[in-house]
Amino acid sequence: MYPFTYTKAADTREALSAGRHGGRYIAGGTTLVDLMRETVEHPGSLVDISPLPLGEIVVTKSGGLRIGALVRMSEAAAHRGVRALYPVISQALELSASAQLRNMATIGGNIMQRTRCTYFRDVTADCNKREPGAGCAALHGYNRGHAILGTSDRCVATHPSDVAVAFAALEATVHLLGPDGARSLPFADFLLRPGSTPHREQALRPGELITAVEVPAHPRPLKSGYLKVRDRQSYEFALTSAAVALHVGGGVIREAKVAAGGVGTVPWRLPAVERHLIGERPSDGLWAEAAEQATDGARPLRHNGFKVELLKRTVERQLRTVGGTQ
Amino acid sequence: MSTERPEPALTPPADPPASSSAPSRRAFIATSTAIGGTVVAGGLVAGPPPLGAEAAVAAEAAPGSRVSLTVNGVRHTVTIDNRTSLLDLLRERLGLTGAKKGCNAGACGACTVLVDGRRVNSCLTLAVRLESAEVTTVEGLEKGDRLHPLQQAFIDQDAFQCGFCTPGQIVSGVACIQEGHTGSPEEIREWMSGNLCRCGCYVKIERAIEQAAGRK
Ligand SMILES: Cc1cc2nc3c(=O)[nH]c(=O)nc-3n(C[C@H](O)[C@H](O)[C@H](O)COP(=O)(O)OP(=O)(O)OC[C@H]3O[C@@H](n4cnc5c(N)ncnc54)[C@H](O)[C@@H]3O)c2cc1C
Ligand code: SF4
Ligand code: FES
Ligand code: FES
Repeated sequence: MYPFTYTKAADTREALSAGRHGGRYIAGGTTLVDLMRETVEHPGSLVDISPLPLGEIVVTKSGGLRIGALVRMSEAAAHRGVRALYPVISQALELSASAQLRNMATIGGNIMQRTRCTYFRDVTADCNKREPGAGCAALHGYNRGHAILGTSDRCVATHPSDVAVAFAALEATVHLLGPDGARSLPFADFLLRPGSTPHREQALRPGELITAVEVPAHPRPLKSGYLKVRDRQSYEFALTSAAVALHVGGGVIREAKVAAGGVGTVPWRLPAVERHLIGERPSDGLWAEAAEQATDGARPLRHNGFKVELLKRTVERQLRTVGGTQ
Repeated sequence: MSTERPEPALTPPADPPASSSAPSRRAFIATSTAIGGTVVAGGLVAGPPPLGAEAAVAAEAAPGSRVSLTVNGVRHTVTIDNRTSLLDLLRERLGLTGAKKGCNAGACGACTVLVDGRRVNSCLTLAVRLESAEVTTVEGLEKGDRLHPLQQAFIDQDAFQCGFCTPGQIVSGVACIQEGHTGSPEEIREWMSGNLCRCGCYVKIERAIEQAAGRK
């Protein structure tokens, strides 16, 4: 690890001022400290944002949820409002990492976490994300865990977050505060696909701080849940995952929000699956047909072709779990 | 109650009882840490070259800070290199070698301790952030001569082989019980999945936690 200076920001103004001068924010530290130790990251100064008043979960007037950036994963997962309104969020969180890590890691840090691509973490390997222009060792290397959707010839790494998949499905908003004031971004615009600039991962401006993630109220109550498929039963990143939220009224599906994890360079919304469901009556046949649309545009690599079929089955099973059978 | 203790001298902490006049492994490590700069600077020279402006702070004196925290009821004030993890502070400076360094990357749980009552991975915790924190390690669990019920349960159930993961398992298990995640063997397994055991003692670890939780 390279040396760094350390300051604890007393308040938001102090944090933003340090951020503007190149300070790097540290929240739970579970991504940052790990990558600094691997010398993948080497900030010259750390700004501890833990004293900032961003640790609250508020049920908004309209019935949505505003989750402060410094809310810990364990706190968000256990929160009554979260569990009642959006089980998909608490399930995605409780299926993430470990109890210890969830006690440290924050919601803001979670959506900022970096890929687990082993070449990215190995500073002796070629990696465009770590070093623009260096090449991508995964493209022709061992790429079993890599993405099949949203890839480019520069980078095929997945975004590893689970809760981000739920946020993508639920059309969350990311609230930001920067030197030029506050702004908000739809979750879908917050995380960037690699394209020709895989080192740019979020639409954050320099020194900008995430203050909260807001999940809107949905006009019709949603039944929701998260399914994660992995190489071992727990404490492992997803091979594939599915966040599903449905509203069934009068025997017909009125709303469908579906996104997949473990397969995309960003959490992958599945609009074709959603369209297939709207206006239909739940049935085993329907879930299977809809899930067929999950892999539209998939481009498997040498070692991850299995994810195509696995993703369809993951989506089908989670549609059935949430939507039931008739 | 917490007793004040001055910054520990940089001499070998808590020597193991064994040994002759030859320096023990722990004493050697502690001494090399004391020479400190040498070891760290050596690592830096061997590593990739300094990285321009961002890491320009590098070179001579690595930035450090002073921090006061309570460990197992004893207050310590230490001056540390900002890079020091809580795990290294405990093991190399305070002589508390219960928490173990397995992966040093959040992936095994051997380093689990409680910070302000919550279980965390001490390898990913920067010690400099812990001003006024209360830390409990496996060494802080027993009351006088009495083992913590979970420590006793690990013995009763024979829940270890090599023992390397055990301190982390026990601290994590204490938190798991406090959190109330002991409703079934499956629940215990899920909520203890952050602690790996390479000897594969999972069945007995789960039983030990059931025993201490009062389910058996
Ligand atoms: C062994 C292991 C297993 C894991 N398994 C999973 C898993 O299964 N699923 C999953 O989803 N995740 C998993 N994780 C990742 C974990 O969830 C993330 O490391 C964590 O959520 C990051 O949050 P943090 O608060 O610790 O972030 P930090 O490490 O503090 O910060 C991460 C990044 O975000 C920036 N940042 C943090 N907060 C803000 C803010 N408010 N505004 C602007 N920038 C900010 C920091 O500057 C840094 O660049 C795992 C991690 C480990 C180590
Ligand atoms: S897939 Fe992306 S992160 Fe992995 S080596 Fe290639 S460029 Fe780097
Ligand atoms: S040493 Fe900390 S989790 Fe492995
Ligand atoms: S007892 Fe050997 S690693 Fe668990």
